[in-house]
Amino acid sequence: MRITGLILILLLGGLLIYGALDFPIWGDPQSPASNHLSPYYIEHTMTDTSVPNVVTSVLADYRGYDTMFETVVIFTAGIVSFFLLRIFKKAVPESRLYRHIPTGVTLRIEKGGKVPDESNHFERIDSVWIPYDLVIRTTCRMIIPFIQIFALYVIAHGHHSPGGGFQGGVIFGASVVLFAIGFNLRQAIKQLGEKFVTFMCALGVSIYAGTGIFCVLMKSKYLDYSALAALFGTDPVTARSHGILIVEIGVGIAVMAAMIMLYYNLASAGKHDEGL
Amino acid sequence: MIWQIELIILVLVVLFGIGALAVKDLLSAAILFGAYSFMLCLLWAIMGAVDVAFTEASVGAGISTVLFVAAVLRTTRRTDD
Repeated sequence: MRITGLILILLLGGLLIYGALDFPIWGDPQSPASNHLSPYYIEHTMTDTSVPNVVTSVLADYRGYDTMFETVVIFTAGIVSFFLLRIFKKAVPESRLYRHIPTGVTLRIEKGGKVPDESNHFERIDSVWIPYDLVIRTTCRMIIPFIQIFALYVIAHGHHSPGGGFQGGVIFGASVVLFAIGFNLRQAIKQLGEKFVTFMCALGVSIYAGTGIFCVLMKSKYLDYSALAALFGTDPVTARSHGILIVEIGVGIAVMAAMIMLYYNLASAGKHDEGL
Repeated sequence: MIWQIELIILVLVVLFGIGALAVKDLLSAAILFGAYSFMLCLLWAIMGAVDVAFTEASVGAGISTVLFVAAVLRTTRRTDD
């Protein structure tokens, strides 16, 4: 089996390298992409969309369909993690660990024992025992707001600097993942519930697709943001810049929610009970 | 760009890639894959593709390592082959 796999991989890899030989060499000024495509984007981005970052205008405007279906792929990944991994059956565990907060004593409650209610005195901890670490919690509490502000900056400033919806969404999702690691998964789910996150994931894709449909309703082509000029009260060029921002926000929301969904389902093996 | 630095990073990318495939411990493979992504991110930045480098740093080196570690924690650390 290993030999067969090796032969197959060598064959397919060889085919890939053979196919890649036909590409123009890196940075070749005579290649078709450098002759027609890239010069057009570089020369016309400012006059077409008033976005200084060419990558953003290509990503969300000239190649809008591509990015929309990339967002759908991310959405699908989140939904698939839910359908493959999620377990709704609540099995009663053998024993549970609780911490008495004022004294720091750890209690082990066997199956059938009286479980203390979640109050200010008792806190449930994961069965993979993790010592109470004030340093980690305080650091997480201090650093998470800055991560989230930076994520919003990356989304909003994607027109002028590297960044955009994908990166900003991932960074925002990472801040929630950091919260789930620094505190625990149950507390993260209490803050951002499963239904809410799934809804946000669908909402992000809907914002993107809805913008396109709105353009059609304004009697223009799908995802042609210049049709939104009447809505914003600006000229068509600025409207394209604003349209890109709306679409990037949609991408950011969808990616953030998908990352959180993936983490919830993977870290708890679908039980949403005890996490990493 | 200084070609010596580029060469070192390119060699490290290949080494980390082979290491991530060859190592028996899946947790080490996940961490090596994160290192591979980070070196690739540096390579993108050298080639001037800052947007791609940013994505590689946040997705490849950041969140996917966390997801791999979470998956390893819930399955097994040893690989059969």
